[in-house]
Amino acid sequence: MSMSFAAQVNSVMAALILLTSFGLLVQRRILGLIHLFAWQGLFLCISTAIVGYITGMHHLFISSLMTLSFKVILLPYILYILVRKLDIRRESETLVNIPRTMMIGIALVIFSYHLTAPVTQLSTMVTKSTLAVALATVMLGLLMMVTRRHAVTQIIGFLAMENGLFFAATSATYGMPMVVELGVALDLLIAAFIFGIFFFHISTTFDSLDVEQMAKLKEED
Amino acid sequence: MTAYSIGIEILQILILLLAAPAFTGWVRTVKCRMQGRTYAGICQPYRNIVKLFAKEVILAENASWIFRSTPYIVFGVTVLIGAIIPFISVDLPFAATADVIALVMLFAIIRFFTALAGMDIGTAFGGMGSSREMTISSLAEPAMLMAVFTVSLAVNSTSLTHMVNVIGHGEFILRPSLAFAVLAFIMVHLAETGRVPVDNPATHLELTMVHEAMILEYSGRHLALIEWAGMMKLFLFSVLGLSIFCPWGIAASGDPAGLFVALLLLTLKLAVLGVVVVLIETGLAKMRFFRLTEFLGVAFLLATLGMLSFFILE
Repeated sequence: MSMSFAAQVNSVMAALILLTSFGLLVQRRILGLIHLFAWQGLFLCISTAIVGYITGMHHLFISSLMTLSFKVILLPYILYILVRKLDIRRESETLVNIPRTMMIGIALVIFSYHLTAPVTQLSTMVTKSTLAVALATVMLGLLMMVTRRHAVTQIIGFLAMENGLFFAATSATYGMPMVVELGVALDLLIAAFIFGIFFFHISTTFDSLDVEQMAKLKEED
Repeated sequence: MTAYSIGIEILQILILLLAAPAFTGWVRTVKCRMQGRTYAGICQPYRNIVKLFAKEVILAENASWIFRSTPYIVFGVTVLIGAIIPFISVDLPFAATADVIALVMLFAIIRFFTALAGMDIGTAFGGMGSSREMTISSLAEPAMLMAVFTVSLAVNSTSLTHMVNVIGHGEFILRPSLAFAVLAFIMVHLAETGRVPVDNPATHLELTMVHEAMILEYSGRHLALIEWAGMMKLFLFSVLGLSIFCPWGIAASGDPAGLFVALLLLTLKLAVLGVVVVLIETGLAKMRFFRLTEFLGVAFLLATLGMLSFFILE
């Protein structure tokens, strides 16, 4: 595999990551969201491995393997178990209708391209062009957290944001130091457990995972 | 313009006229097989056309010239489009007359006249079909143009022959933008040719018809021309997609020996494409009409993402 072809494959992976984050934005069903999240993790893992291959940095292979085990297998599995235990089948409601969300998403992609354009002009790395995609993935994850009501969907948005950050680290500086990456991975895992406990509490207290219900906590005056 | 290129032009139009019903027949046959029904064979569309030509034309009393001339306009424009898309050789004198944007507009002319004819008689179903068709096309056309623009950006031209030359005979580059454009094009293809998630071509229920509702009042040779043009439209959208996104095998300029290979590959590609269309049709259910904004919105989104990823990643 020649270097230029590897770089092309890397851009295809970046495009696929962008596609999956739009998929997360559009998808209504929770199981579909979990599948899309797993796919995004897989593309991220392949992309990291390719960057590791191009640059010859071996610690990227380790983080690629970590991505595979955490974001493709473990986290989707935990989410799947949660969804099944909590028996969520209903389609999750969106605050803004889906075509409009997509338009906002496109605007966010253009914005992040505009924002990273000066950085990419100065950078000499092979992965410089994917930085805009990484930033867009972070913003799309944020948009997903803002536009969805369902707690589980918001968490998936949060995890997608983390995917974007990881991708940004890979494309801007060829990955974070190993210690930081291990720390983040562990944090995510702990967070997933805590979210799970919270979900149980929310669903037993309010009989629903719709975060709008949380407004009931307010005291009447 | 040489005799060779004129020969190619005539050959292409003949292929279009003769192969389009066979392609439709192939799609129907595969679909029947896939759904476990008995099938009438690939030649059934020819028999239908011949039968309709032999039948008498019945016109409504208040039919105007629009209603009477629409079949000929639709048929003529469809053949013209067939003369523009280079699907067996790039030696096509007509291809220089219209680029891909003009091509989209030619498709719009067909739709415009069909919609007018649907409303001309004044029956409820015709008007409903026209209104739906225009709604769908107002959503599908921007997506189609965006997909086409993405390809134009990648090859620096809107000319179809140039696209075929650059993508088919140039160096192979992995382009994410084209992958997005292909997906958008497939979705628009389904919407424009009235396939399942958008419109059911085989429906007999007036309330769900879109294209069929507009041509409900036609009979005899008028109906034959419109049906034939409809089959050609399916064929043309397919070869347009193949010429833009998968042009490998189309004969290069001044290469008569390549024609045979081109024909063989075209048949093969169309056969595969027919199976793909059937798989999509069998796998998906027809969408609720108000969900179509989402379906075509996704097509537009994909095409726009293709364009953006061209700027960002390439």
